[in-house]
Amino acid sequence: MSESKRILVKGNEALSMGAIKAGCLYYFGYPITPQNEVPEYMSRVLPGLGGEYVQAESELAAINMVMGASALGVRSMTSSSSPGISLMQESLSYIAGQELPAVIVNVVRCGPGLGGIAASQSDYFQAVKGGGHGDYKLIVLAPASVQEMYDHTMLAFHLADRYRNPVLVLADAVLGQMQEPIVEREEVPPEPRKPWALTGAKDRPMRYLKSLYLKEGELEAHNKLLQEKYREIEKHEVRFEEFKTADANLIVTAFGTSARIVRTAVNMAREKGLKVGLFRPETVYPFPKVRLKTLSESIKDFLVVEMNTGQMVEDVRLSVIGDTSVQFYGRPGGGMPTPLEVLGEIEKNYSGQ
Amino acid sequence: MKTVFSKPQALNDAVMHYCPGCSHGVAHRLVAEALDHYGITERTVGVAPVGCAVLMYDYFNCDIQEAPHGRAPAIATGMKRSRPDLIIFTYQGDGDLASIGLSEIIHCANRGENITVIFINNTVYGMTGGQMAPTTLPGQKTTTSPYGRSLTANGYPMKMAEMLAPLEGTSYVGRMALDTPGNTLKARKMIFKAFDMQIKGMGFSFVELLSTCPTNWGMSPSQSIKRLQDELIPYFPLGVFKEKEVVD
Ligand SMILES: Cc1ncc(C[n+]2csc(CCOP(=O)(O)OP(=O)(O)O)c2C)c(N)n1
Ligand code: SF4
Repeated sequence: MSESKRILVKGNEALSMGAIKAGCLYYFGYPITPQNEVPEYMSRVLPGLGGEYVQAESELAAINMVMGASALGVRSMTSSSSPGISLMQESLSYIAGQELPAVIVNVVRCGPGLGGIAASQSDYFQAVKGGGHGDYKLIVLAPASVQEMYDHTMLAFHLADRYRNPVLVLADAVLGQMQEPIVEREEVPPEPRKPWALTGAKDRPMRYLKSLYLKEGELEAHNKLLQEKYREIEKHEVRFEEFKTADANLIVTAFGTSARIVRTAVNMAREKGLKVGLFRPETVYPFPKVRLKTLSESIKDFLVVEMNTGQMVEDVRLSVIGDTSVQFYGRPGGGMPTPLEVLGEIEKNYSGQ
Repeated sequence: MKTVFSKPQALNDAVMHYCPGCSHGVAHRLVAEALDHYGITERTVGVAPVGCAVLMYDYFNCDIQEAPHGRAPAIATGMKRSRPDLIIFTYQGDGDLASIGLSEIIHCANRGENITVIFINNTVYGMTGGQMAPTTLPGQKTTTSPYGRSLTANGYPMKMAEMLAPLEGTSYVGRMALDTPGNTLKARKMIFKAFDMQIKGMGFSFVELLSTCPTNWGMSPSQSIKRLQDELIPYFPLGVFKEKEVVD
């Protein structure tokens, strides 16, 4: 890839570009900081591509517009930030229940409530445990660079169609706002056929999309099928990155922006002769629990760093084998860990075994 | 032999689950006749509400999606914007459209989305057992207004047709009652007109149908018709509130 193809963009623009590259020509959204560059970009670019930008009256409406386009087999998306994503939860449950593809981006800000517009990772639970009602799962991608804002959004469309499941890109204000050079992709995986889509009942019986099951046993069977699908996703779609883990005595686990901070801290620790590595989940659902378990068979010390008061750490503790030490360091909404703070935590928890 | 009466092609033969004397069945039939008349069943997608009509996909021969409660107009917007060649309609009750989904219907109408909305006003929440709706009449007893709807506590019944007609985005707004054969024929005409507006790309079209819910009104079907005539029609005047001139 030639250097000349690199362009400098903000994370929010990169994700918009990735979506359009994936063939998404319909964007529905409602303004909220720190993701306003997305609707601004889409409203500027989509009309010229024969697509549509619709400024919805609320995030409630926006996610339902996505659900409508999706029902027709058309790629569309919405993006928002924490309070807006809270408003979408009912429909995310419907979309999962109707087995529709959809792409949603959360450029997370800090809560609770109106909170603040600074970066945070405090929506982890909402994203991976299912913020809406019912037993369902979103596929959740956690980018950590502007390039990944582009790549993961593209990937989100692919996974959404492949599994007929909503996919959430879990970014944060830092990733949305910062500028980095990216390389645009040439290859786009082909969009699959959608034999379930509502396209008009021409030369075939009518079709419907629903999530209400009233007949005895029907709903339980539907739920079991959904669970089977989630097991497939867990088998095939786990993604993670390892940095200097090969000889590590202590592994720091972090996703998104905190993984960038940890990377710096790991390099600082290495300079001091401490064998420390970074494990970065790229998919937080499905969570890379199998790999973490394997790592914990030889490595006894784990540290989890998050921009919240301790959410992903629960998944790490559930993944590793029994006697592993899993410590946590986090800064709640409004604060951000520094590499020096993380280094201090590494030194505190480093047993060297 | 000449056929003088038959089921519309856009409906299948399933026996509807609606209670005896309920207007939903009649309203379905009128919508189906419009789909037949314009020959659009094969390119129509309907959006079902949460309410007694949630199962309407069991009866129509066109494609249908089930919406979350009140959100059908937003779903329809996503559909029409991404596939303007399809005919899109929503079918909603008064709890669905005039309460939880009020924002969606007003903004959808105001944007002039080129869709058709069929609105069933039966002055109660049917599916959940007859609770007070935004359209419940002053003094009307329901399971959550056991002493009768109080205007000081609950405000006035929403007149949706009157609210939507002044919006620039609406092309056609009408209200009719499903009581007599005469009015049912007029309702049919309105529904035809509403779909015609969409086919001609004129923007948002809306038909409100004053309907019965004998079960939750605690009345026989014939008593229900009488109540509709004596109480609903005087409060919710019938007629066409808006009709944009078609520019060919
Ligand atoms: C978010 C949400 N709130 C409440 C309900 C419960 N609910 C189901 S149907 C309904 C009211 C339906 O009444 P209406 O729209 O008037 O239609 P009808 O049944 O009378 O045809 C309600 C409140 C729901 N399904 N979802
Ligand atoms: S409860 Fe009322 S609205 Fe629902 S089917 Fe019965 S009569 Fe019709």
